[in-house]
Amino acid sequence: MLQLSIFLENAQGRLADALNTLADLQVNIRALSLADTKDYGVLRIIVENPEEVAEKLRERNCVVKITQVWVLKVPDSPGGLAGQLNKLVAEGVNVEYMYGFVEKENEQAQVVLRVRDAEIMQAAMDKLALK
Amino acid sequence: MTQDELLLHLRKTIEQVLKAPYYKKKLAEVGIYYPGDVKSLEDFRKIPLTDKEALRQNYPFGLFAEPLEKMVRIHASSGTTGKPTVVGYTREDIQLWAKIVANGLRRAGITSNDVVQVAYGYGLFTGGMGLHYGCEELGALVIPISGGNTQRQLMLMRDFGSTVLCCTPSYALYLADSLGEEGMTKEDLKLRVGIFGAEPWTEQMRAEIETRLGIRALDIYGLSETMGPGVSLECLKGEGLHIDENFYPEILDKDGNVLPEGETGELVLTSFNKMGFPGLRYRTKDITSITYGSCTCGHTGWTMKRVSARVDDMLIIRGVNVFPSQIEEAILSVGGIEPHYLIVVDREGNLDTLEVQIEVNAASFNDEIRELEELQQRLQTKIHEILNIAARVRLVEPKSIPRSEGKAKRVIDKRKEKQLS
Repeated sequence: MLQLSIFLENAQGRLADALNTLADLQVNIRALSLADTKDYGVLRIIVENPEEVAEKLRERNCVVKITQVWVLKVPDSPGGLAGQLNKLVAEGVNVEYMYGFVEKENEQAQVVLRVRDAEIMQAAMDKLALK
Repeated sequence: MTQDELLLHLRKTIEQVLKAPYYKKKLAEVGIYYPGDVKSLEDFRKIPLTDKEALRQNYPFGLFAEPLEKMVRIHASSGTTGKPTVVGYTREDIQLWAKIVANGLRRAGITSNDVVQVAYGYGLFTGGMGLHYGCEELGALVIPISGGNTQRQLMLMRDFGSTVLCCTPSYALYLADSLGEEGMTKEDLKLRVGIFGAEPWTEQMRAEIETRLGIRALDIYGLSETMGPGVSLECLKGEGLHIDENFYPEILDKDGNVLPEGETGELVLTSFNKMGFPGLRYRTKDITSITYGSCTCGHTGWTMKRVSARVDDMLIIRGVNVFPSQIEEAILSVGGIEPHYLIVVDREGNLDTLEVQIEVNAASFNDEIRELEELQQRLQTKIHEILNIAARVRLVEPKSIPRSEGKAKRVIDKRKEKQLS
């Protein structure tokens, strides 16, 4: 799956501005995470038609990057995420960052994973028959 | 000095500079082959100006007028292209320099009874050693502590009973700030005079330093290309900097015309009696005005006003010369970044701060904070390598730095705004 990352200065109202832009563009955010430092942050979002949205954001002077991420369904129970992750780590997957969200239709817990090496991740997903 | 005496001095300087290939060529262009070809001040004023660029193009020794075996010292300042500008001194030059500084200090009321703490940097920079030799010439007791190490500066200042402090004015204020932290007050010190230079400062700063350290704060001026510190120095009256008699000043407008006494323009200096690296009509790029006359301190001749501005875009940050182009160079060398940048210079407490805002673009942006932080770090390291001063790099959004038509505004100097308010 493709994720959009948007560079935001850590100034008052900047996040709201970015979200307003997305609202104007009629983009529905399915999942989101905000990583920040003292000076700036990176807003990461999962949306429909990521490439199209990225293009529109660029037209509005946003710095946007499209990155490949994996969405992993996890059992909605204690240790559910840990169990899945352990299996991936055993296959040599190195997680860069992740964030969780709940799919509203079936109340399914999911996590978005960004990994160091996409090929290792794909191989692990295939081997473990995850998706 | 009479017109005839002046011409005699100028001819002597011309005789010496003709030994340097650079000047020989330059003077031939205006038909001067022998000192006697300069028959009037008008002839002298036809001589093309020399600037820092000439030093760069003739790096390292092209402007030296004596062979290297006659030289005993080299000083250098940072260059914008990474190459320093190099100046050389013969033994006689060093002695002359010491005398010049000593004469200036004498007019500032400093005597052989003084204990002088020289807190300018020692090394290729002329500040430390220039003052050092001048003080020794005067017979004062010198503490060659160089810059930095505030705790130690204050301890020795108290324990050795320093009466004179030589450093940048901002460092003097920093020392004043730090007194309390060391459990001292100005009453624990014997300081009475400060000789401050190497960066622009204001009357307000003078008042603040004088109050907080309980001293008389005087301005000193100089540049390595004409000698080093001591080209001019204030006497105790503090009403302008007396130019030493070994320098001939001219004030030029932007078209290179010589301006009359009292008018403001660029200071251009010619040195007398300097052998290794004689200077002929050297552009200082400093804006000031000069007057001729005598002072109750005993000085007769030229007096210049405090330097108020620079012709080019050079910034002086913590006493270090910084050109925006050097920062641009650092940004470009790190790569991946289109240099839309803004340099913000400010003063926090009494120390200059340098912040470089750089716009992030598609090429430099990375989704991972770790990578962005590494980029920021690389930029900071590179800027430090080039400028030798610490900068804070801040990554900002594209188009967030104001664009202007024509020449980009690259620098915001909040220190100036603060001076005006």
